[in-house]
Amino acid sequence: MHIPDGYLSPQTYVPLYGALFVFWAIALKKLKRELSAKQVPYLAMAAAFSFLIQMFNIPIPGGTTGHAVGGGIIAILLGPWTAVIAVSVVLIIQAVVFGDGGITAIGANCFNMAVVMPFVSYWTFKLISGRSENKKRIYAAAFLAGYIGLTVSAIVTAIEFGIQPLIAVSPDGRPLYAPYPLSVAVPVMALEHLLLFGIIEGVVTAMLLKYFIKHEPEVVFAVRGRER
Amino acid sequence: MTAFQKKLWVGLIIMALLTPLGIILPQKFNAGDAWGEWGTDTLEKLLGYVPEGLKKLTDLWKAPLADYSLGENPDFARQVISYIISGILGIAIVGLVIYVISRLLVKKS
Repeated sequence: MHIPDGYLSPQTYVPLYGALFVFWAIALKKLKRELSAKQVPYLAMAAAFSFLIQMFNIPIPGGTTGHAVGGGIIAILLGPWTAVIAVSVVLIIQAVVFGDGGITAIGANCFNMAVVMPFVSYWTFKLISGRSENKKRIYAAAFLAGYIGLTVSAIVTAIEFGIQPLIAVSPDGRPLYAPYPLSVAVPVMALEHLLLFGIIEGVVTAMLLKYFIKHEPEVVFAVRGRER
Repeated sequence: MTAFQKKLWVGLIIMALLTPLGIILPQKFNAGDAWGEWGTDTLEKLLGYVPEGLKKLTDLWKAPLADYSLGENPDFARQVISYIISGILGIAIVGLVIYVISRLLVKKS
């Protein structure tokens, strides 16, 4: 899901950079107000986790690969705005040091994986878990948070790919940037995430939440204040 | 560092050591690039051409450890080692950046 350089037109990546600066500004302001020294190690570990989980490329036999991102579990454990910063740092390092995702696409990639995913996951978790203290319901909510968060993030990425042929074509009618239309990009990316990568993200999200609730429940942002 | 946090760091290090699975499995199952992340050679094969605008931007940045690999065209064993080193290096850099940001943000109490 890391858009490389050249796949997005400037008409797409410049506004997305703009949007990202706004999200980063808000997130940093919130962190400045709310982050305590005690949480810093968890923030660092969250970013490290996201970096590593993205290296586990999962194959679709004979086809493409994909991976989990960790944006959902980070949003549940540390809050969605903290997840914005944790995952953004990962994506920027990936682009600059490891060439994973383009430099021009940092705004887009951060928007998709560090903003859309944490918030969709967090809202999904809140909506489904409600104020419940029922463990099964909480873990089901966590699975769906990861599953839906990653899938929506993939669909937003696919839309960014898919609108490129509408934005820019050469005089002979060939697309200048990402070549496939919405009618190809959206179904392909939605399906591969609905059928495989999203499930992995969901399982990882639920398992990690279970581990934290069992061992260190007071860390968990999204269920703070519930009985345990 | 609490005992719980120590355990989590151990888990992360183990994850880093296991990262080569992320290249071994795709190879075993004959899976290629992620959708929409093809290089220009693959695009040429898929489309018969390389989009003009894409061609101009594609080599904009030369990442020091492109594709999480040390050295160009490494053999498989080297790729596996590169991946583990990238994993360890990645968490070190990411952790460092987070500590710097946090230092600037968190008031000393």
